[in-house]
Amino acid sequence: MDIWTFGWTLSIIGMAGTMLVLWCISLLILLLRKMFPYKPEATAPKKA
Amino acid sequence: MILIGSLLLYLGISKGYEPLLLLPIGFGAILVNIPLAGLMDEHGILRYFYENGILTEIFPVLIFLGIGAMTDFSPLLENPKIILLGAAGQFGIFLTLLLALAVGFDKLDAVAVAIIGACDGPTAIYVSSKYAPHLLGAVSVAAYSYMSLVPLIQPPIMRMLTTERERKIVMGVIRQPVSKTTKILFPVVVTIFASILAPIGTPLIGTVMLGNLMKESGVVERLKTASENEIANIITLLLGLTIGATMEADKFLRGETLLVLGLGLVAISLDTVVGVLFGKLMCLLTGGKINPLIGAAGISAFPMAARVAQTEGQKYNKKNYLLMHAMSANAGGQIGSVIAAAVMLSVLTGMGIVGG
Repeated sequence: MDIWTFGWTLSIIGMAGTMLVLWCISLLILLLRKMFPYKPEATAPKKA
Repeated sequence: MILIGSLLLYLGISKGYEPLLLLPIGFGAILVNIPLAGLMDEHGILRYFYENGILTEIFPVLIFLGIGAMTDFSPLLENPKIILLGAAGQFGIFLTLLLALAVGFDKLDAVAVAIIGACDGPTAIYVSSKYAPHLLGAVSVAAYSYMSLVPLIQPPIMRMLTTERERKIVMGVIRQPVSKTTKILFPVVVTIFASILAPIGTPLIGTVMLGNLMKESGVVERLKTASENEIANIITLLLGLTIGATMEADKFLRGETLLVLGLGLVAISLDTVVGVLFGKLMCLLTGGKINPLIGAAGISAFPMAARVAQTEGQKYNKKNYLLMHAMSANAGGQIGSVIAAAVMLSVLTGMGIVGG
């Protein structure tokens, strides 16, 4: 494989792959947040 | 080379440029160039560290464990779409790869030079020690030096690529707290997902995420504390000293070293260019809700790049607080640099350039 085929292949797949993986991770984060939503801890009732 | 080692000591001690690394690297460079000391000879102590710590990848991988234990991904979990800036901030790696090939580096040397664009010392050390160990000294010095120069390198590029109106965009406060379960599951899910997609990068992703799991689980405080303190400190010392030991005069004093340093600067500049341009694109797509300056924080230099975005934003609008948004991009950059390296290594394996 000549250096330019190597360079362009690695660059294009590398950039697209990095973007794709991080986009998927952002979707996974949204999914986790949806499955396990934040619930504020119950606070002790104030004394009168 | 003793003078160059002394210069690194000066930069670390007097200028405060990444002293934790530049001090041992500088001293290692001095030690290895003392005539007849033989520290990198067959039975030399530094040769022992080099062969057993760097060539085996143990040192960089253990550093990742510490990084994971120190990193708080909460800003990213609160604002996940910003992670895309962390991907754009790695494009300098791949663009620099083409430049390195153009100036005559062979394939694996070009990969090692390009990885400086990860703006992440351990990643650069991991990749260069694996595929171009003869460039390890130059690549490491470039990576750590430019990381410390981020506050000087980035602002002119940020100003050049944005309009004053864009720099003044105020981003709202993020109010999306994340549950503890999400924080605990995040490192596990990312490890499984990213390692399946880019298996050869598993040592990188796995150790960062193991460190983060120890931090977020809250049940192994001793291990977490050891990872971010004792282990990270011991390995940083040995890693720096051993990198310095690779800087023997006949291997370091070459035109190639100057090219590595020059291309490293280009790589980090290109990361910033693409990050800011991607920030402008997100600004356009969101109807002006994203300040493009935070795009520059999509690199791995944490939290320095986020602080640069905050400082630049406040220069044009004193009431603008970009820090939390920039921290999200910066945390994305930390994951992005590891993912970019993992993707790169997996593609190299897939192309048959390196063994699996």
